[in-house]
Amino acid sequence: MEKNSGGCFSNLSSNLPITCFIAFITIILFRVLYVIYRTGKPLSRRATQQQPLSTLIVLGSGGHTAEMINLLLVLQKDRLTPRFYIAAATDNMSLQKARVLENSWADSSGVKGISAEFMQIYRSREVGQSYVTSFWTTLVATAHALWLMIKIRPQVVLCNGPGTCIPLCVIAFCFKMIGIRWSSIFYVESIARVKRLSLSGLLLYKLCIADQFFVQWPQLQKKYPRAHYVCCLM
Amino acid sequence: MGEDEDGVKPKRVVFVAVGTTCFDALVKVVDSQEVKDELLRRGFTHLLIQMGRGSYLPSKSIGYDGSLAVDYFTFSPSIADHLRSASLVISHAGSGSIFETLRLGKPLIVVVNEDLMDNHQSELAEELAERKHLYCARPQTLHQTIAGMDLKSLLPYSPGDATPVAKLINRFLGFPEN
Repeated sequence: MEKNSGGCFSNLSSNLPITCFIAFITIILFRVLYVIYRTGKPLSRRATQQQPLSTLIVLGSGGHTAEMINLLLVLQKDRLTPRFYIAAATDNMSLQKARVLENSWADSSGVKGISAEFMQIYRSREVGQSYVTSFWTTLVATAHALWLMIKIRPQVVLCNGPGTCIPLCVIAFCFKMIGIRWSSIFYVESIARVKRLSLSGLLLYKLCIADQFFVQWPQLQKKYPRAHYVCCLM
Repeated sequence: MGEDEDGVKPKRVVFVAVGTTCFDALVKVVDSQEVKDELLRRGFTHLLIQMGRGSYLPSKSIGYDGSLAVDYFTFSPSIADHLRSASLVISHAGSGSIFETLRLGKPLIVVVNEDLMDNHQSELAEELAERKHLYCARPQTLHQTIAGMDLKSLLPYSPGDATPVAKLINRFLGFPEN
């Protein structure tokens, strides 16, 4: 009897690393399945009704920032605060437009100081950049995104298309999986996308990373049925 | 063409906008004699070109002897004033430019830049043209579009509304409706 139990015990201790490894993988798997299951489900009312939610807003060149500002004007800014704006390092105008918006809000509400921060992020790849150097710049950009996300740890992410939102949204999703911070990710596909999604939109849709995915034209809703059709925002 | 008491034609400005892009093909074709003659024929008196990062420089003209007055500049912090004083806008296919013009209720011809690599911009221009809010053209076909356009047949564009998205986001986050 003693010999048997001793034998079993030694078997277990020699298999301990493997057992731990299997347990670890199983926990990760369950966690991933749980996150995927919870993605897209509305937050429970009790938890969020009182507290404002820290919000990350991703801006982009061209029409992206104009569309985002258009959306921000109708959101409940008292409940989505503090706000963090991120734009690509080479985009000079977007952060300026966001500053103007925040200043006008601060002026009209008479609040001294702004509950908003403005940050720039390295671009993964500039237009026309060689793919060889792009590998390194993408690594740098991803590391920079991770650094910013660790500082911000937003509870809400708003984005509408620029490539800069991909590393940020993927990291936000990883934070959910690891349990660092639960966030709700909202993606509004640009009004300029009528028949085809942008690359950012396609990635976030297919990987089920966005909690809610909005499109502005009916043709896209037919092609991507999990998207919400919300008509034109502009 | 509707001259006022002094016998001078009322000022009708065509404003051409390329935004922050480089769109030499459009600037060149607008500066061509063919297009300028057609604009004159349709009753326009002035041509103002915002040429952005392009390298082709149009030829300025004061417009004496009844010819089209031509002027240009590269950038402006806000083109809203130029859009407001225009009788016709010819624009690149950027969504910001398109909607800023449509919201001001100005007749618009959108010219798609075929040199752009991933031309998703043409989708928006073609969709809005199908809905009769603007005319859509390529640089080579701009002349025919101007000749055949009927600006009164364009339908006004009612500005969009972001509140449906806001409602869905509020509901998702558990915010009470305002």
